[in-house]
Amino acid sequence: MKNDTLVSFEGVVKRFGDFVAVKRMDFEIGKGEFLALMGSSGCGKTTTLRMLAGLEAPSEGMIRLSGKPINDLPTWSRDTPMVWQSLALFPFLNVVENVEFALKMRGVGKAERRRRAEQWLDRMQISEFAGRNISQLSGGQRQRVALARSLVVEPEILLLDEPLSALDAALKVRMQSVLKNLQRETGITFVYVTHSQSEAFSMADRVVIMSRGQIEQIGTPQEIYRTPRTRFVADFLGSSNIFTGKVTASDDGGVVLDTASGPLRLKSDERHVVTPGQTATLTVLDTRTNLAVTKPDGPVNAIPVRMIGEEFIGATATIYLETGTGQEIRVQKSHEELAGIPLEIGQELFAWWAHTDGHLVTED
Amino acid sequence: MSDRDSASINRNRAVDLALKVYIVLGYAFVFAPIAASFVFSLNSDRFPSIPLGNFSLEWYQAVASDPLVWSGLRNTLLVGITVGVIATALGFGAAYTDYRYRFFGKQVYLALALIPPTIPVVILGLAMLAYLSRISLSGNALSVIIAHVVICAPFAMAIIRLRLSQMDPDLEAAAWNLGASEWAAMRHVIVPFTKPAIFGALFITMAVSFDEFAIAWFVSGLNETLPVKVLGFLQGQVSPRINAIGTFVFVTSMTLVILAQILLTGRGAQIRPAADE
Repeated sequence: MKNDTLVSFEGVVKRFGDFVAVKRMDFEIGKGEFLALMGSSGCGKTTTLRMLAGLEAPSEGMIRLSGKPINDLPTWSRDTPMVWQSLALFPFLNVVENVEFALKMRGVGKAERRRRAEQWLDRMQISEFAGRNISQLSGGQRQRVALARSLVVEPEILLLDEPLSALDAALKVRMQSVLKNLQRETGITFVYVTHSQSEAFSMADRVVIMSRGQIEQIGTPQEIYRTPRTRFVADFLGSSNIFTGKVTASDDGGVVLDTASGPLRLKSDERHVVTPGQTATLTVLDTRTNLAVTKPDGPVNAIPVRMIGEEFIGATATIYLETGTGQEIRVQKSHEELAGIPLEIGQELFAWWAHTDGHLVTED
Repeated sequence: MSDRDSASINRNRAVDLALKVYIVLGYAFVFAPIAASFVFSLNSDRFPSIPLGNFSLEWYQAVASDPLVWSGLRNTLLVGITVGVIATALGFGAAYTDYRYRFFGKQVYLALALIPPTIPVVILGLAMLAYLSRISLSGNALSVIIAHVVICAPFAMAIIRLRLSQMDPDLEAAAWNLGASEWAAMRHVIVPFTKPAIFGALFITMAVSFDEFAIAWFVSGLNETLPVKVLGFLQGQVSPRINAIGTFVFVTSMTLVILAQILLTGRGAQIRPAADE
């Protein structure tokens, strides 16, 4: 990822009547970056993408592309092609004519645009379908046509709005690697809207997590997964155990929370300075949470739990447990790591994790 | 046939048969008078009666040699084609406006646009006559064109609107996004997509104009269209020539309607040769 900025959102707000779709967006997209905008439906991610494409006008704020303000630039003069969720291929044109469309609109001559379109068909490995109608193609082939149609103008940036949502699981995974490779080879900036964590995390250099029109967290997939910054992100990713309690101590030695499951200790965090008396929320990854038969010693938090279920997916197992107050927590481990732990429903165990594995998150 | 039908297992043969008979009887009831008219147009007898006389084309010859019929046909065609083109253009504009824009009073706009065919034709004809004569436009082919556009445009709008409603709502925006200005998107996306409906509307509105009698009777003056001429024949004398004209008008209208049907049911819309500018 290079440092220079291609797109910047500066205090961008979008209202539809009384409804605020995007509250206030301030972020930048680097040149050649693969950025994912992730969130559940209605979080404003598609509106953000459409503002960048010029299909919606911001109510406030400024969007810049290569430093130039583009708020008032109509979409047809922007060079921000988009791959649509519906794909929006032209049904009355055949494959190669679909791909030629953008070149035709730019006044490229007939022979030249045919040549360039065929190059992209070749690159997307769909040359043999050039003369076919769209209705004769499979889902994956249509996907490739849509990509070729947008990329034929060789733009600096490509916008993708949940393009894989219509595909079946196996094809989805294949198209993910096609997209990732394409992005790497062309160096074109990809902005990818999705509600799917696996899509965002497997392809993107950086992920923007949105909720209710606001950015919750921006970071690499690793950063976000390891240290979710807000309660929303932790809940949304669903890979952390979450405890809320009153702060009883906060100093260089760490923070202590008095939770329903007892006092829990964690290291202090300059990003989340808390003072005794306030309420705070702690998260710990389910993969960093361990199980033991006897209460372990050392710099760890341990809480008594009762096993309520288990689930095996390939090499890992997810164990579901219940604390004394009825809160459900999860532990995710490989089978080797769980060796020696009696795994019976109703089994009394201790769930424990190192003090350094707990993180404070912002409650919203 | 019912073997191949996946729903056949849940169907009752007796009910199936009864429904088929019902359809045949229904169509027989509708088309019998027209068929009779066709049969008697080829019959040599002066009056329609059974048993039939000899096969004869004399009534067609009589019609073809009547200059008044030819002038009526010319008027009908001139009016029909002009009305078809204007009504389809207006209908397209109205349908696109409905598709593309959201605005205050849209329901009223739609209701008003679709009202003309629901007004009794006698009242519409009378109103047209009163209005057009006041602005000195009555009694010629132009007045028939104006009046027919009024009743035909809503049909065109309804047909084109239906087609637009089948369009992926992202399609036009996708064209803009790929560099097409609004006019270019109209020309390269909206019009090609709605083309079957545009031709369908063209044929249907022509057929409506072709058959329309009451309003034409009020406003046509000396430039009578064919249906008006037919009434003139009837008032003078009962002649089998009417059967001949009737058959001709029926065949023409049906041809237009069937063409429209073929276009609108998508067979023309789906499979098309690859290279097309």
